[in-house]
Amino acid sequence: MTTTTTAGRTRPGYDDLPRLMWLMTGDEKHTAAATSTLDVIWVLYDRVLRVAPEPGWLPDRDRFLLSKGHGPMAYYAVLAAHGFLPEEWLAGWGRFDSPLGYHPDRNLVPGVEISSGSLGHGLPIAVGTALGLRAQGLDARTVVLVGDAELDEGSNHEAIELAGALALDRLTVVVIDNRSSTWNRPGLIEGRFSHEGWEVVTVDGRDHDALERALHSSTGRPTAVVAEVEEKS
Amino acid sequence: MSDPRQTFARAATALLDEDPSVALVYAEISGQFFADAERSHPDRVINVGIREQLLVNVGAGLALTGMRPIVHTFGSFLVERAFEQIKLGFSHQDVGGVLVGSGGSFDAASAGRTHQAPGDVALIDTLPGWTVHVPGHATEVEDALRLAVAGSGRDYVRVVSQQNTEAFPVRPGRFHVLRRGAGPTVVAVGPVLDAVVAATGGLDATVLYASTVRPFDGRGLREVLSGPEVVLVEPYLAGTSSRVVSDALVDVPHRLLALGVGAEELRRYGTPRQHVAAHGLDAAGIRASLEVFLGQSTRLARERSSART
Repeated sequence: MTTTTTAGRTRPGYDDLPRLMWLMTGDEKHTAAATSTLDVIWVLYDRVLRVAPEPGWLPDRDRFLLSKGHGPMAYYAVLAAHGFLPEEWLAGWGRFDSPLGYHPDRNLVPGVEISSGSLGHGLPIAVGTALGLRAQGLDARTVVLVGDAELDEGSNHEAIELAGALALDRLTVVVIDNRSSTWNRPGLIEGRFSHEGWEVVTVDGRDHDALERALHSSTGRPTAVVAEVEEKS
Repeated sequence: MSDPRQTFARAATALLDEDPSVALVYAEISGQFFADAERSHPDRVINVGIREQLLVNVGAGLALTGMRPIVHTFGSFLVERAFEQIKLGFSHQDVGGVLVGSGGSFDAASAGRTHQAPGDVALIDTLPGWTVHVPGHATEVEDALRLAVAGSGRDYVRVVSQQNTEAFPVRPGRFHVLRRGAGPTVVAVGPVLDAVVAATGGLDATVLYASTVRPFDGRGLREVLSGPEVVLVEPYLAGTSSRVVSDALVDVPHRLLALGVGAEELRRYGTPRQHVAAHGLDAAGIRASLEVFLGQSTRLARERSSART
């Protein structure tokens, strides 16, 4: 399925994502179902975030921070589908002369807000970003994507506590929960956030409408959306 | 003389009043000085609590939105505990910010090793492009902070209690030439200057003063060099700047004596002054090291001349 943009140009749709990801991996197994983050990132860019490629890269744009920088194929595919980067870049990913690495670099890839890869940095940076936007009176959201195992990094808990205490209502964390954390147990993630005063919504991470509803929830508190996907996907 | 840490707090407060793009992030430490600033600018003065990893990355996040963050706690927790946050939050993202670490090598002498950070400059020095200020006077603290905040780069300001009697203008990349002589060239960094001046009394030495040590004024060092002997005196880990001296003098035969805080853990409490002496950084200690070093030079010269005859 392709979508016609307001400029009359057609741009790739959700159904094109496997093809775009195949350009990077050459691996047919990297379909939507095999990539834990794909549906969340697609819904964010397609239905939620107020962002656009240059020249729409404005101070009051919404910020999407991919903290879980591992396996960024879905991210690159969505950015390509939305015109942030040319499709031609995808095939060379990971090579010396490619701007697309196995972890994304904001200084190399248009549309990428943070360089990530080392776990436990995106959420603390997102708290600073939300504070910076608030201090400047900019009405923009900050959405950060983390993995359930990534939440084991203690640095996240420093951020969860402060965001809750300061009621950063324009901050949203999406936790991709594929139960890859070694010591995971039911309710652990929800408990961590709700204990610190966050709004917590758990949804099916493949259900676009449910994700959209959860990502639009507004309660005057920071929001954690736990997006459940297949185990270890 | 004003207290350097209080001077930092006053200057930071004034900068918050003057410039709406400035933000201050701190982690409890020095909070006693920031009550007014917090009242005046609740959105731009953020105490993150005892959370140093968060401290640094909140600064980075503020910078990503276009603000100029001043990020402060003790140097031990700012640079050593949160080093990866400095590396990734600021350097790898390629955003600017001003880190202000207090306490230095042994302000907290009586508190022990946990609160001492003689390795802070060496750690920062593993990252390219940081401007490192080592003010030796409260006035230099204010000037360095103002200069750093007015810029857009990455700055580390090392605020310690030890001070020299005289302040010098802060000018990154250019050392001050205090004395010219035909003998050794001594580079004094920040608060060690008074001891260096006393230790070099009666010696035909050149004395340079650096309150900003990165960028390192290698050109200035080359210009004043009158002999092969170069002496670095730094108030943190000995040898931190040896590498940059070596780079500056790569084509100039020279001998280097690098004085500073020893790597070995002292396991003593007491006062900063006692730690200065224990690391050989008081005037007597520096003088003694100089005499051994220069004595070696004399012996080497004698051996060379006897080898020729």
